[in-house]
Amino acid sequence: MNYTEKQNAIIEDFSLFDDWMEKYELIIDLGKEIEMIPNQDKRDEQLIEGCQSRVWLKSNYKDGKMFYFADSDAIITKGIISLLIKVMNGEEPKTIAKEDLFFIKEIGLQEHLSPTRANGLVEMVKRMKLDAIKNY
Amino acid sequence: MKETSQSRRAVQDIRSQFPILTQKINGRDLIYFDNAATSQKPSVVIDKIKNYYEKENANIHRGVHSLSQEATTAYEQARHKISSYLNAKSDSEIIFTKGTTDGINLIASSFGELLNPEDEIIISAMEHHSNIVPWQLLESRKKIKIKVVPIHKTGEIDLEAFENLLNEKTKLVSITHISNSLGIINPIKEIIRKSHVVGAKVLIDGAQSVQHEKIDLQELNCDFFVFSGHKVYGPTGVGVLYGKSELLNIMPPYQGGGDMIEKVSFEKTTFNVLPFKFEAGTPNIVGGIALGTAFDFIDSLNFEQCQVHELELLRYAEAQLNAIPTIKIFGTSKNKTSVISFNVGDIHPFDIGTLLDKQGVAVRTGHHCTQPIMDFYQIPGTIRVSFGIYNTKDEIDLFVAALNKSIQILS
Ligand SMILES: Cc1ncc(COP(=O)(O)O)c(C=O)c1O
Repeated sequence: MNYTEKQNAIIEDFSLFDDWMEKYELIIDLGKEIEMIPNQDKRDEQLIEGCQSRVWLKSNYKDGKMFYFADSDAIITKGIISLLIKVMNGEEPKTIAKEDLFFIKEIGLQEHLSPTRANGLVEMVKRMKLDAIKNY
Repeated sequence: MKETSQSRRAVQDIRSQFPILTQKINGRDLIYFDNAATSQKPSVVIDKIKNYYEKENANIHRGVHSLSQEATTAYEQARHKISSYLNAKSDSEIIFTKGTTDGINLIASSFGELLNPEDEIIISAMEHHSNIVPWQLLESRKKIKIKVVPIHKTGEIDLEAFENLLNEKTKLVSITHISNSLGIINPIKEIIRKSHVVGAKVLIDGAQSVQHEKIDLQELNCDFFVFSGHKVYGPTGVGVLYGKSELLNIMPPYQGGGDMIEKVSFEKTTFNVLPFKFEAGTPNIVGGIALGTAFDFIDSLNFEQCQVHELELLRYAEAQLNAIPTIKIFGTSKNKTSVISFNVGDIHPFDIGTLLDKQGVAVRTGHHCTQPIMDFYQIPGTIRVSFGIYNTKDEIDLFVAALNKSIQILS
């Protein structure tokens, strides 16, 4: 699947639920699955301090592609991170830097990416893109 | 604990005066449990604002025309209303500000000018950031020293430590009446009395108290008292600083501009009398007037009955929350207002807050602008529910059900 197809697949998964609580149950399950950064490997420079929750992000560039590892102390934040990682992992830096990231808005989670939410996610997406730009 | 039909009717009557309470959030009836952040507004206040702009708007203290005269009168009547409700000695001791933060900054700037290096200011470990940072700014400007009174695990202030900090170098004790993150009520009468013994002045942060406690400024005998209009059923952007006139008179002006002057020339400018000396520029006229209306509203309540009602809500919610084994409440003193700060096991408060919101319950999560308290308990934040006069036990039942559902999903 390409970048757009991956995003469309997520949108489709979420369209199965009308109820907000069910959508969140899915996000929370995803949050439990995410590949975490073990506590002893967390570095201060990976930390993105939000007012509500904190996020750690580590980016790797390998064989022309980007790979991200991330964690958060809040599980909903973590679930949203895992969606972002699903879409972005294994993509070329150029794709991540240039192509539209539209699924968050489509599934109605844009409130989590508003600067006022202060959960570190906006900053995280920005950093994911910047880290990609460094490699192309 | 069951409500009597009489008290139920009284609460319904109060609820009907707050239009926002019929709002739907995420398709459900709004349950507003974030009253410590800001209170909702009764129709009389909303109507006053609308009516002012439709029929009364003019600038004040400067026009000879009728509208300006009437607006001036309304503004000064609001000041009088607030002054007499709080029992200040005179209306001129009531200064309109933008809010609590603005009031504290005014004192830090102006009273702060009178301080000398090595003078000490005492605050407590439970202060809101707005009663910490202005003093830190003053500390670097005037080389004064800040001393912090610790709190006990219960959230109560350590009075013994407070007495040990007091000395002849203490020039100001700036302390909150009620903690916004824990709901603890401080023994401010005792604090004021003991501070005065060493000659220190006392500033009370009343942001969380005017809506819950009857305030008598002359009886309290504090030197300064500040609060925000938006937490006492009034609009945002307006608040009050009370100061004893003998102090306000010797303090230098805070900001310069129109209204605060008596006579301006390039050789010498003289300042207006109190309270205008501290009110530079066109003030928040409609805010001041509507804040007066908010106090009319408070006066129309059976205040004691409201206090009993809020305490009943507190006890009722505490009992229900304590029945959930993984819940830990922070601030366990019996001497509290209707605020409960808690965490559930090691679930992040942000997660609970998000799921409660999806179920129509508005709570606050995070550090509540009191990071030192969170550091003290070594937690990232709490979930805070705070009840107001219009909340009900039925709402608490719905909240507890929503909370249980959230816990189940998150565990
Ligand atoms: C105890 C306390 N002090 C100060 C403030 C600051 O009030 P404002 O933001 O209205 O200036 C608040 C409000 O959250 C508060 O609860």
